[in-house]
Amino acid sequence: MANVISDETMEYVGILAKLELSDEEKEAAKKDMESMLDYIDKLNELDTSNVEPMSHVFPVHNVFREDVVENGDGGEDTLANAPERRDRAFVVPKTVDQ
Amino acid sequence: MSKEYETVIGLEVHVELATKTKIFCSCSTAFGSAPNTHTCPVCTGMPGSLPVLNKQVVEYAMAVGVATNCQINQYNKFDRKNYFYPDNPQNYQISQLYLPICHDGGIEIETAAGKKTIGIHEIHMEEDAGKLVHDDWDEVSLVDYNRSGVPLIEIVSEPDMRSAEEVIAYLEKLRMIIQYLGASDCKMQEGSMRADVNLSVREVGAKEFGTRTEMKNIGSLKAIARAIEAETARQIDLIESGEKVVQETRRWNDDQGYSYAMRSKEDAQDYRYFPEPDLVPIIISDEWLQQVKDNQPELQDEKLVRYEAEFGLPEYDAQILTATKKLADIFEATTELCKKPKKVSNWLMGETMRLLKEHDMDAEDIKFSPVNLAKIIELTEAGTINGSVAKEVFEKVFTEDIDPDKYVEEKGLKTVNDEGALRETIEQIIKDNPQSVEDYRNGKEKAIGFLVGQTMKAMKGKANPGMVNQILKELL
Amino acid sequence: MKLLTLTAVELGKKIKSGEVTVEEATKAALEAIKAKEDKVHSFVTIDEEGALNRAKEVQKLIDDGTLTGPLAGVPVAIKDNLCTKGIVTTCSSKILENFVPTYTAEAVINLEKAGAVIIGKTNMDEFAMGSTTETSAYGVTKNPWNTEHVPGGSSGGSCAAVAAEECFYALGSDTGGSIRQPSSFCGVTGIKPTYGTVSRYGLIAYGSSLDQIGPVAKDVTDCATILEIITSYDKKDSTSVQRDDTDFTSALVDDVKGMKIGIPRDYLGEGLDPEVKEAILAAAKALEEKGAIVEEFDLSLVEYAIPAYYVIAAAEASSNLARFDGVKYGYRTKEYEGLHNMYKKSRSEGFGAEVKRRIMLGSFVLSSGYYDAYYLKALRTKALIKQAFDKAFEKYDVILGPAAPTTAPKLGESLSDPLKMYLGDVYTVSVNLAGLPGISLPCGLDSKGLPIGLQIIGDCFKEKNIIRAAYAYEQTREYKHSPVAEN
Repeated sequence: MANVISDETMEYVGILAKLELSDEEKEAAKKDMESMLDYIDKLNELDTSNVEPMSHVFPVHNVFREDVVENGDGGEDTLANAPERRDRAFVVPKTVDQ
Repeated sequence: MSKEYETVIGLEVHVELATKTKIFCSCSTAFGSAPNTHTCPVCTGMPGSLPVLNKQVVEYAMAVGVATNCQINQYNKFDRKNYFYPDNPQNYQISQLYLPICHDGGIEIETAAGKKTIGIHEIHMEEDAGKLVHDDWDEVSLVDYNRSGVPLIEIVSEPDMRSAEEVIAYLEKLRMIIQYLGASDCKMQEGSMRADVNLSVREVGAKEFGTRTEMKNIGSLKAIARAIEAETARQIDLIESGEKVVQETRRWNDDQGYSYAMRSKEDAQDYRYFPEPDLVPIIISDEWLQQVKDNQPELQDEKLVRYEAEFGLPEYDAQILTATKKLADIFEATTELCKKPKKVSNWLMGETMRLLKEHDMDAEDIKFSPVNLAKIIELTEAGTINGSVAKEVFEKVFTEDIDPDKYVEEKGLKTVNDEGALRETIEQIIKDNPQSVEDYRNGKEKAIGFLVGQTMKAMKGKANPGMVNQILKELL
Repeated sequence: MKLLTLTAVELGKKIKSGEVTVEEATKAALEAIKAKEDKVHSFVTIDEEGALNRAKEVQKLIDDGTLTGPLAGVPVAIKDNLCTKGIVTTCSSKILENFVPTYTAEAVINLEKAGAVIIGKTNMDEFAMGSTTETSAYGVTKNPWNTEHVPGGSSGGSCAAVAAEECFYALGSDTGGSIRQPSSFCGVTGIKPTYGTVSRYGLIAYGSSLDQIGPVAKDVTDCATILEIITSYDKKDSTSVQRDDTDFTSALVDDVKGMKIGIPRDYLGEGLDPEVKEAILAAAKALEEKGAIVEEFDLSLVEYAIPAYYVIAAAEASSNLARFDGVKYGYRTKEYEGLHNMYKKSRSEGFGAEVKRRIMLGSFVLSSGYYDAYYLKALRTKALIKQAFDKAFEKYDVILGPAAPTTAPKLGESLSDPLKMYLGDVYTVSVNLAGLPGISLPCGLDSKGLPIGLQIIGDCFKEKNIIRAAYAYEQTREYKHSPVAEN
């Protein structure tokens, strides 16, 4: 079945991904996404009802650090690439609750 | 005719764990440094950096789970919660959604109405966000990642609470348990314990829950009580006037006493959780779980029994002393020093409580050291200072943690034991107060109290009260 | 002497013997770059000054006996998604146009400890998303065999630099074939190791569960030598695997007697260029003649690898690339109104079309209501694909096939139809899904004179099997220098 992506969906995904596509880009992206999803739907041919989702390929587990402070003052390195900084902080447009 | 409503409340409590380092990097969790001091590529979301889990976080989370009667997920893992905000450097938060470390527990609370169990749905581990400071003048916010990556556990209750009273009892019990475990200091005013309140109302007897709202990050128990009251009233008003409660997140403004919706087109609240590929699962063996259980410190219930048995304290005293870990710790440390549990208990239950109330403080805020309380008890026991001087000295200990030995010495507060001097003063008092003397001689036992008081006053409070009594009786 | 025709190991020997100095080798590479960059454009950044200073430093350490390894003093090019302290690292994206890392990727540190001299950072598809190196924000890299064709991608710059002989070897990264496919297109050798073998710390992530760093060089000996050096158990990478069988050069043995080699019939079917097929079968024949047991078999599920891969990679990428937001580093748009507008404009202006496309797709498949149908389904498919390989490796020591269905396409041909471009990854992505090691090495030229790549896939942690098979095959033919290299 052919997937149809609505303009609203494109708008919504744009909000999630913080991307603002031009109308032209949006049309192209919509078309590409539809054809990709059609292709991805091929997975539905597979019966995976008894298969556990596999996020890690190897059964590696319990990788821990001990609770010991090793890092010193990282401030200058942290701020070295800041597009805008004031003293020791990053500057962003004012964040508001509403 | 107006209907009867009940409030249904569930809490999401965030607790900052007392680890030395952050959850995924070895930066310090210390407070009070310049912005971005305790940062590294990992906790600032630098490209290419990767998280590595702090083992102590798992142990604290397990300990809290065990102490709150939870099941431990012996296979648990982390997920990413995706949302954009500048305090969240990667624009995703590493948390646990699908397999949290603890689930299905509960704790018993006690309110005026009796005992009640509040269910705990789950406890999960996650990272804290950085701090934003707003500059109203410049219309900008400043970002500090010192708190970014500080470990948190989020304790999600079942919607089992029905009143602000129950909510506060639950929070206090939770705080007590976690403080006892040493997993956090749980200071609400410093943000190391924060609660989101999920609240709905329904008609009494209704089976279904109403639509709930969530009030985020309320800063104190009193504010929570006020927020619950106001939100309950707001929802009932809406229903009564035929409107609908909207499921939304609201922010409580405690100064103004109202809440407002935090709605934005840009906040889709669709967090696109998926398993964190950069971290591997945690498998808790039976042995490890047992080890954590074996290492659980003595909690309140056990302490209560022990205080009665070991120190011979009345149940009432033991209750109060064990209600906060801080008080229990001070009690035990002081008793260890002076070996006088009942005296220590009296100081803590009497003067300490009075001063806490007077200064509007919690037991956690106590600053004085057990050594100095023990010294006061020893000075009193030895007769070096009398009771009223002791109280005066204790006030200084309570507020400034002074050394009582030095203080008594410097201020010349030692009890006067010089019989000659006392006798002289008392003779003068008897002379000056013939009415009281006569009253006493006529059988008014109480009159002697007045004479003792006059003597103490004349001696500036430093007289040995036993000797004063004895000499007075003798002379009368 | 034309130094740049040497392999890395050959040069290392000459440096060790004093026949060539580190400075001479470094200068030779820098001159080669100057002469050839106009034609191929393999590099995003060339660190001439840093390289020459480093060359002197390394020479001293070799002279005083501190550095004795096989690659001490050999100049290397690093893919631009590996962080290098003090050297701008862009991922070939505008959004990181001026990003200077404050730390170096673990794999690169391992190379530096072995005496490597970094000469520059190589071009790539933006954030490693692409198969042609055409999505770079800093211009297209061209194939040294025919500059009207693409070098492949995403490690196209690394592979082209080696093929053009602008450097002696390079590091690349492979998420869905990004080392093996451009190696194939450029006629060089590249290894994608078992997941967890090389630390990912400092590799700017695309698909975290799939990404691995690996070597690109002229031959199998170089690749095994480089891999041995960059492999390490790293406490900073939780997915790093502790291994004690990483003496990969011990597998450089010309002996495949009795080795069981399987060729998936599914890899030889529809879509495979007949010339490529012929070359692959000829390579299989050559191995058979050396005593290997070669047979065809049904691997199954091959057609499901690409959809599963694109769901997983896009989903992880949508999250991994969220951090590029104009707050902490990188590009911030000049004019904006408020926070969310700043985010959107910075990201929309900073990312290229392909990256945006994949972020959109990834955000969509993870969004509310679709997670189970897409993401979980893909993870279940991944489990099945892993099972299919497990079954195959019960029977075979290695699996052999093409690295790509065709030789390098012409510039500009692929981007017009993304789906078609994705389909070109059919033989490589399943290896990443299953975490397996794979090698691509040259096995001939097609009628247009473009290289064909042979892919050999091993079971997890069995790099030695693929190195042995590849080395044995390599002995049957001569290394061919690309036309740009020869000029």
